[in-house]
Amino acid sequence: MLSLYGTKVSSRVLLGTAQYPSPAILMDAIRVSGTEIVTVSLRREMAGGKSGDKFWSLIRSLGTHVLPNTAGCHTVKEAVLTAQMARDVFATDWIKLEVIGNHDTLQPDVFALVEAARILCGEGFKVFPYTTDDLIVVERLLEAGCEVLMPWCAPIGSALGPLNLHALRSLRGNFPDVPMIIDAGLGRPSHAATVMELGFDAILLNTAVAKAGDPVAMGGAFAKAVDAGYAAFHAGMLEPRDVAVPSTPVIGRAVFT
Amino acid sequence: MKLLVNGEPHEVSAQSLDALLAELEFEGEWLATAVNSELVRATERQDCLLSEGDRIEILTPKQGG
Repeated sequence: MLSLYGTKVSSRVLLGTAQYPSPAILMDAIRVSGTEIVTVSLRREMAGGKSGDKFWSLIRSLGTHVLPNTAGCHTVKEAVLTAQMARDVFATDWIKLEVIGNHDTLQPDVFALVEAARILCGEGFKVFPYTTDDLIVVERLLEAGCEVLMPWCAPIGSALGPLNLHALRSLRGNFPDVPMIIDAGLGRPSHAATVMELGFDAILLNTAVAKAGDPVAMGGAFAKAVDAGYAAFHAGMLEPRDVAVPSTPVIGRAVFT
Repeated sequence: MKLLVNGEPHEVSAQSLDALLAELEFEGEWLATAVNSELVRATERQDCLLSEGDRIEILTPKQGG
């Protein structure tokens, strides 16, 4: 079981709820992926409360844990206020903390991220920080009070997959006991298997599933890849070698002369 | 009183945030509110008195990644 701030879940796939072709497909993708945690956002209500009602009723009917985000926030003040508003609505201390620093890459502003994390942890939030793979930033986030980390492996929605395996290995190796969820940049199930084979605890997906030709099937494919990668990491994988090694015993082979 | 609600100018008679939501026909326990970039919890709206030019944000759950 994966434990996140004391909450135990069996699925290691967290799923975003945006960009699906329809609410029904979103529901099916969540079901088939087996996810127990979905991310949501807060946006301006322009229809007297009626637009939010529909979506919120759908999410509540799933019975999953809800992880609100601060997507789109560019400053500490915006992110902190959005988190506070999310807690008031969703009745959870969980917050996926995003403080965006660059419009093109959606790269986190890690300086603002650490500051916002410190404020929110101080207010009793359980912060899931969306961060880069920078080791020192991760150290600062832990010092700020975060007990879960969500490093990217590539820019949000890019589908590039893990770009810096060395940095990811370093993160995992330096903090083996901190739950780490790879958030953002995954495009294919093989990407998910790769990061799980490195020992990461879970993945958070949205675009790769929602924009797939068949989002429901892709949700299932990612779930299988995550399970395979997780099992492989714990099974102990063979290290690569530069020379060939025969698998069939050499001793006892026939000699035909 | 003139207010800015979700970025749009509004002329309202409501004096409190609670009354403003009713006047603009916002309803639902899933709404989050802030006045001048400060959180106003659902339980505090009745006591939150508004002033000319206040900036109100009314947010609601939406899809997110």
